[in-house]
Amino acid sequence: MHKVFLVIQREYLARVKKKSFLVATLLTPLIFPAIMAVFVWIAVEEKENQSLRVIEVVDETGLFFMESSDQYAFSSSVENLEEAKALVNSGERYGALYIPKMELSAPQGIQFYGLENPSTSLIGYLEGALKRKIEDQKLYAKGIDPKVLKDIRTEVTVQALTLGDAGEETVTDATVNYALGFLSGILIYLFIFIYGNQIMQGVIEEKSTRIVEILVSSLKPFQLMMGKIVGVGAVGLTQFLIWVLLVGTLSSLVMGVLGMQMPQQQAMEMANPELIEATPDTEELGAILQVIDGIDFVSLVAAFVFYFLGGYLLYGALFAAVGAAVDAPSDAQQFMLPITIPLLVGYMGLFVFVLQDPSSSTSFWLSIIPLTSPIAMMGRISYGVPFWELALSMCLLVLGFFGTTWLAAKIYRIGILMHGTKPSYKTIWKWVKSTN
Amino acid sequence: MLEIRQLNKTYGSHRALTDLNLVIPEAGIFGLLGPNGAGKTTLIRIINQIIEQDSGEVILDGQQLSGDVIRKIGYLPEERGLYKKMGVWDQLIYFSRIKGLTASEAKQRVTYWLEKFEISSWKNKKIEDLSKGMAQKIQFIATVIHSPRVLILDEPFSGFDPVNAAMLKNEILELKKGGTTILLSTHRMESVELLCDQVAMIHKSKKILDGSIREIKSRFRPLEIHASLSQLSQELPAAWKIEASEEGKVDLLLPLEGQSPNQLLRELMNFGEVISFQERFPSMEEIFIQQVNASGHA
Repeated sequence: MHKVFLVIQREYLARVKKKSFLVATLLTPLIFPAIMAVFVWIAVEEKENQSLRVIEVVDETGLFFMESSDQYAFSSSVENLEEAKALVNSGERYGALYIPKMELSAPQGIQFYGLENPSTSLIGYLEGALKRKIEDQKLYAKGIDPKVLKDIRTEVTVQALTLGDAGEETVTDATVNYALGFLSGILIYLFIFIYGNQIMQGVIEEKSTRIVEILVSSLKPFQLMMGKIVGVGAVGLTQFLIWVLLVGTLSSLVMGVLGMQMPQQQAMEMANPELIEATPDTEELGAILQVIDGIDFVSLVAAFVFYFLGGYLLYGALFAAVGAAVDAPSDAQQFMLPITIPLLVGYMGLFVFVLQDPSSSTSFWLSIIPLTSPIAMMGRISYGVPFWELALSMCLLVLGFFGTTWLAAKIYRIGILMHGTKPSYKTIWKWVKSTN
Repeated sequence: MLEIRQLNKTYGSHRALTDLNLVIPEAGIFGLLGPNGAGKTTLIRIINQIIEQDSGEVILDGQQLSGDVIRKIGYLPEERGLYKKMGVWDQLIYFSRIKGLTASEAKQRVTYWLEKFEISSWKNKKIEDLSKGMAQKIQFIATVIHSPRVLILDEPFSGFDPVNAAMLKNEILELKKGGTTILLSTHRMESVELLCDQVAMIHKSKKILDGSIREIKSRFRPLEIHASLSQLSQELPAAWKIEASEEGKVDLLLPLEGQSPNQLLRELMNFGEVISFQERFPSMEEIFIQQVNASGHA
């Protein structure tokens, strides 16, 4: 056991001490706030720098009065289209809107002239404005005041609640659950791929340098393999923890600088009821907070850690086996398929089935079968999963881990000593069946 | 003393070792010879307990090889490498600890060896920043760091430049003097003749020859004679090879062709004054090639 610890320690320190680890760990979380900051900055800049675009309106119906906005202003200084076009050509106007004489029941022939391709947002703005005008005209024609219609419009929201066994009610929100499932599923998927690859690279390095032959004379191949898997996993967890801390602090810093509010601040305002009443916006935030409050975070985090590690260990052993079977990373591709396919099934399944309908039978099976469950179950868990399903899925994941590790150990034990010839699936199967 | 008794190993239908028996005496250098694929690596791996034999025993100092005994073995694989991104110090400490040394023992030994090779200044360098020769020194230290009783060297000189090869040779001889049993697997015969006390030759999974170098050589009758003649009196037979000729003196290489040396000497005397007459023993290389060919055709 003590030697396994030495292996774990080496795998961990060798990676954590590398400059590339430091760079990746520090830069990756910087990227998200940086991208956010750049987008916000661009948006703010654009709004400030954009000059008002003046559009000449030639309205032959005489019915349309276009209201100006922050971005667009409308003028009607000329009588016909030709003059309007001349204004556009001379640069005095950004564009010209031509509304011909037409039947309001079937509006046709409205045209926009400009020197450049108009943005979809401008066309959308014009269409929306014209549509509202025409609709108002039609309402008047039928003797209805548009104001009456406005008063009739009503907003309805349905609050979703789940009933617990003890009759307690928890407020839920599909959006929040979706986001949580989405995020944790993706994280597990990425984690397995990135660190699984590191295991594979490490095994190939030890094999091609024959270090493995020196090591396996002192400790069992299985111990060496597990030491590597655990060591690399510990590196991943370390990196993940640092990211969580960094992203948290940096995002709130950036948001703070840009004058936005972070949940903590909102929560503080929530605690002050006067503020709730003062700003109607916070009522909605209050609802979200109530939903977040309703999620059992302790069990969610516990489940995340379980599936995070379980999935990593299950696939880690397979990555180690692939590394042991080949001589160089470029040869590994052909054996990656059995790893990539179930991972992709889990990943696609998360979007196509699990997040759409967490309690469908496809979602159920995806979250029970060990190869896909680490990703799929995280998509269901924030919606609430019956205890027996969770227990079954977890037990199967542990069993699956033992299964893949047993299989991988057999391949690993023989593979690390084989050089020169590229094995086929058939030879690998022989290794698995061989008893010695 | 390392003893190999009736060792057998097959991979599927391929026999890697057949009823192999070897006695490797203590404090000596034992050469393990054989062409590629003969079974040398399999034997070394079994001794190292990297793989298990089908039947037979490996006995070190009267004990069956087991996890504890393995600590007494140091192994330098043929194609070598170290963790490229790891520093010299960390790497040596790691291998010492894996071999079972305590942390303080490991530090002490690594310091000793780095000072011995006058490379203490490399401590924090990564292997990828070292030259090949430098890395080979580190690898050698990693092999002997735990003071093994048995040292297994697989083609130890391959890739060494002459200076480092000489250094390695001296280290091997020093370890031998210190009582280490050394098993040297190679097909480089010049190092065998220089270093080994005893050899065994393996071919197609079987031992085809073993014994001390002198014993083996004497077992093979010399086929040629080195001779020198002065005062040459007549034309020499065409079969006699003139190796060098100075004023009044020729060095010859004479095939025996079934004659005894005495018969040849008598004949030689007819051609002039015999200054020297010496049997030329076959080199280990010639014996090796001859044996491999002979058993290959059998």
